[in-house]
Amino acid sequence: MISAGSRPRLAAKARLRVDPRSGKHMLLYPERGLELTETAARIAKLCGQGLTVAAIVAKLASAHADADHQRIEDEVLAFLRSLDERGLFIEDAA
Amino acid sequence: MTTTAPAAEAPRPYTLVAELSYRCPLSCGYCSNPIELDRHAHELDTATWTRVLGEAAALGVLQVNLTGGEPLVRDDLETLVAAARAHELYINLITSGVPLDAARLGRLKAAGLDSLQLSVQDTDGEGGRWIAGRDALAAKLEVAAAARALELPMTLNVVLHRGNIARVPEFIALAERVGAERLELANTQYLGWALLNREALMPGSAQLAAARAAALAASDRLRGKIEILFVRPDYDVGRPRACMDGWARRYVVVTPDGTALPCHQAASITTLAFENVRDRPLGEIWSDSPAFRTFRGEDWMPEPCRSCDERARDFGGCRCQAFALVGDAGATDPACDKAPRHDLVLAARLHAEREETAVRSPIRLRRMRSL
Repeated sequence: MISAGSRPRLAAKARLRVDPRSGKHMLLYPERGLELTETAARIAKLCGQGLTVAAIVAKLASAHADADHQRIEDEVLAFLRSLDERGLFIEDAA
Repeated sequence: MTTTAPAAEAPRPYTLVAELSYRCPLSCGYCSNPIELDRHAHELDTATWTRVLGEAAALGVLQVNLTGGEPLVRDDLETLVAAARAHELYINLITSGVPLDAARLGRLKAAGLDSLQLSVQDTDGEGGRWIAGRDALAAKLEVAAAARALELPMTLNVVLHRGNIARVPEFIALAERVGAERLELANTQYLGWALLNREALMPGSAQLAAARAAALAASDRLRGKIEILFVRPDYDVGRPRACMDGWARRYVVVTPDGTALPCHQAASITTLAFENVRDRPLGEIWSDSPAFRTFRGEDWMPEPCRSCDERARDFGGCRCQAFALVGDAGATDPACDKAPRHDLVLAARLHAEREETAVRSPIRLRRMRSL
C-alpha cells in the first residue's frame, strides 16, 4: 500500500521523455504511453531518487509559498496509484 | 470514397511497426505476414532503415516495434536498435526467440532495447509442430531466462486457436514461471494465412468461454504482478475490433521491402496502391498518400457505420477483413452484427461449433519459396 513513507521509483519498463510535438512529458512502456500533466511529470522525475512520498511532497510544495501540503500529497498518491495499476511503479524498501 | 475531398489534417503516428524481414524459422499457420511473401523478399538495407527511423521520429513516432517475420535474422539488428535509441524511441523487439542467445540479447539491451515480446506457440510439443512446423519451446525458455537475467521487461504473446486454447492455464503458469510482466492471449484474427486455415483454427464457443474465464481469474489473482490481456476474437464479439486504433491514425507499418502501410495486412487490399519509402519520405506518404487517406477519419463510412454511436470507438473496424470477406474494403466490417454481410461470420462461427476431435486438421503452414 502506497503511503507517505513509501520510496517510489518507476518500473524498469517505463521511460520518461519529452514529446517533441507537444512539449509534454510522456511515460512510455511496452506498446503504450501516458501523457503526463506538468505536476505528474515533476512527480515522475522525483521518483527513483530514494525520496519518500513525504519528501517528494515537501519538494513540490517548496515551489509555492502558499502550498497546500495535504492537497499535494493527495495528488502524489493518486498519481502513484494510477501508475501502480499499470505495473509502472515499484516501492523500494525503506 | 473521399480521396478527392479536402484532407483533414493528418493525425500523427505514435508507433512505427518496422517489419525488418519476412524470413522466419517458424511457419505458423496464423501468421499475419502476407500470403505472397516473396513479393517482399528484397529487403531494405541498414542505411534506408536508419533513415526511416529518423523520418518516423520527426513525424511524431515515440515507439518502434521491431518485428517481421523474425527480426533476429537481420545481422544489423543491433545497429538498428542503436539508431532507434538515438532518436529516443521506445524499442520493442517482437520475436519468436529463435535463434537468440544470451550474448546477443545482452548486446541488444546495451544498444538500447527497452522490452522484449516473445511469442509462444504452444506448451505442447506436438501442438507446436502442428501450428509452426517445429517445437521451439525449449529455445524460448532459454531466451526468457536470459531476458530475466538482464532485467529486460518481457511480454509473452500467445496466439490462441482451436489447437492450443485449452492450454490457457498452462500459458498462465508459464508466464509466472519465467517472470513475464505481461501475457497477451490474443485470439487469432482471420486474415491472411489465418483466413486460409480458418476452419482448422477457429475454436468453438465453449472453448472460448472457458479460456476467457481462466484468463480473467488469473488476471485478478496476479494483479500488480503480471498483466494478463485476453483479446477476444471479433467473430465472437459481434462488434468489429478497433483495428490499429483507426486506419492511418496511430500506427504506420513499413514492410521489409519498404512499402508503407496503415496496418500489417493492408497490402492484401489489391484495390489500393501503396507507396514505398525508397521512393518518398515516410512523412509525405503518411500525410498525402491516397491509400492512407482513403479510410482515414469517418468520411468513407457507409451506413450503418456512418450514423453508428460506436464509430468513434471502433473506427469502423477492419478494412482488410471487409475486403477479404466481402470483396469491398469500404464495406462495413462483417464482424459487426449490424453489417449487411454478418452472415459470412455467423456461418464460420456455426461451423466452429462442431465437436472437438482428437485429430488435428491439416493446415497450410506459412512458407517462403526462398527458404
